[in-house]
Amino acid sequence: MSQSSLPSSVVLVALVTLAQVTAPGQTVTKTNTAGKAWTPPRTLDGTPDLRGIFSDSTLTPLERPKGIGAKEFYSDQEFAELARRVKKGDVGKEADLGAAAPQAVRYDLELYGFDLTKTTFASNKRTSLIVGPEGAVPPMLPEARTRNAERGAKNKGHEFDSYENRPLQERCILMAQERIPMLPGANDNNLLQILQGPGYVVLLHEIDHSTRVIPTDGRPHIPQSIRQYQGDPVGHWEGDTLVVDTTNFTELTAFRGSGEKLHLIERFTRIADDTMIYKFTVEDATTWDKPWTAEIPWTKAKGPVYEWACHEGNTMISTILRGARVGEEEAQKAGK
Amino acid sequence: MKLFARARLRNWLFVTVCVLLFAASSVWSQTPVFRAPRTADGKPNLNGIWQALNSADWDLQGHAAAKGPVPALGAVFAVPPGLGVVEGDEIPYLPAAATKKKENQANWVKLDPEVKCYLPGVPRAAYLPYPFQIVQGAKEILISYEYAGAVRIVNMDAATKAPADSWMGWSNGRWDGETLVIDVTSQNEDTWFDHAGNFHSDALHVVERYTPRSADSLNYEATIEDAKVFSRPWKISMPLYRRVESNAKLLEYKCVEFTEELLYGPLRKKNSK
Repeated sequence: MSQSSLPSSVVLVALVTLAQVTAPGQTVTKTNTAGKAWTPPRTLDGTPDLRGIFSDSTLTPLERPKGIGAKEFYSDQEFAELARRVKKGDVGKEADLGAAAPQAVRYDLELYGFDLTKTTFASNKRTSLIVGPEGAVPPMLPEARTRNAERGAKNKGHEFDSYENRPLQERCILMAQERIPMLPGANDNNLLQILQGPGYVVLLHEIDHSTRVIPTDGRPHIPQSIRQYQGDPVGHWEGDTLVVDTTNFTELTAFRGSGEKLHLIERFTRIADDTMIYKFTVEDATTWDKPWTAEIPWTKAKGPVYEWACHEGNTMISTILRGARVGEEEAQKAGK
Repeated sequence: MKLFARARLRNWLFVTVCVLLFAASSVWSQTPVFRAPRTADGKPNLNGIWQALNSADWDLQGHAAAKGPVPALGAVFAVPPGLGVVEGDEIPYLPAAATKKKENQANWVKLDPEVKCYLPGVPRAAYLPYPFQIVQGAKEILISYEYAGAVRIVNMDAATKAPADSWMGWSNGRWDGETLVIDVTSQNEDTWFDHAGNFHSDALHVVERYTPRSADSLNYEATIEDAKVFSRPWKISMPLYRRVESNAKLLEYKCVEFTEELLYGPLRKKNSK
């Protein structure tokens, strides 16, 4: 099972259509057959029921394509045209369509069922996942730029020296799709399962069995001296929305260049039986001059979530390092 | 003669009644006296953070204290003694498997998957020296382990079949009165039971029983069956204790980075940092 992308692709194969949903930011409210506004179900404990298996594959790019300006939403007609093009696989450079961009897929499309016509994307009419008139990540502060450049420079020329020089993802320490906040990646391994018990919500990524057990009892964060790759999450309910506040990150967690002072607020709201709106705000005064917010629709997907064991089958690091050592040895011999 | 026979019959009746009473009382005394608090759906509430407090991860069987594998660590990483958690203290290995167990034990530092931060499998996950958390839903019970971020989802609905073998196996659960019974199949052959080299094959079948014994403790039992390795099923049992600290929380124990020097160190560039 290790290193396999098959599980989620099996799920994707089973899905068929492009689902258009409305976001809380829009005026239309999804209605059920009786014509009433949809009421989120409750667990037996009386908390909003967020449980289910979801995929965050989406057609919407993180940042707004240039040329769209400050326009936050497409018209119905524009959206229909976009959906038609995506189904044909015709996704232009001007719209970096995130999960839908073919170059994001590393595998044989048909073999793994990544045929775009067979994939369900929860999508809304947003022109970018980042909300607001700018629709873009704020410019990075000079100090953050320097910090990140220094980190990059330190590793330059030493990329193959040791496992420590390799990215966290290759080392199976932190995979791209388990990083928080959660951004849609290539459309494999996007599955996320939400489970609930009294006083806790669990977010389980299929990829690398990454699990966040979030208390919702109003407790404070763990001491700031304890830093974790995935930070320290504490949650609470605001109406039907789960709000998760995460701090205590490491400097290696680096979300789009952030530092260890990253403060993440995530909001999970079910707006229909098959749709969750995931909204996050990140702030880090050492990286950006203001917080920024993105909103991502998730659609229900079919399970089960499989075991995704990464480290256990990791031959990548040893292969890369061995290759580098052999290369050095050969270069040395050739030099003599 | 007649009188004597009657007396004998009376004696026999008396003894029989005594035996029956004794048997009944011992049955009663075995009935769980503790009735766990209930969840909203009326099931015993096993939610919480739990941890074993024994040296089973070192050796399931009874063992004396011994010197540890790393001399430099002295008393800090020596083997703690333990009375053992195996019923009858015997693990019924088939002859060839008994030989392999001894080889495993002799080379455990090199071979034990826990040393490499591999997923622990079941039942070992339950008695590793790290806490784990039960998050109990009606149809699915999640068990999140601090060690290596291991996780299992126990399906409480109609039993399903594993789509493939895996490190943590496939768990179907049901309630038997006060007890959560989990049937675990489809584990791969790469996990062990302890540092002492106790092992299994891919034919492993584990039935776990979690029974509340007080507000803050559970009885944990696992029946282990593997016809390729053992001549008969055998059983381990131990209490699990609730982590009662008001701020108890599973923390990150991403142990991959603690094993990389061991696994990849020989491949690093000479004189690199």
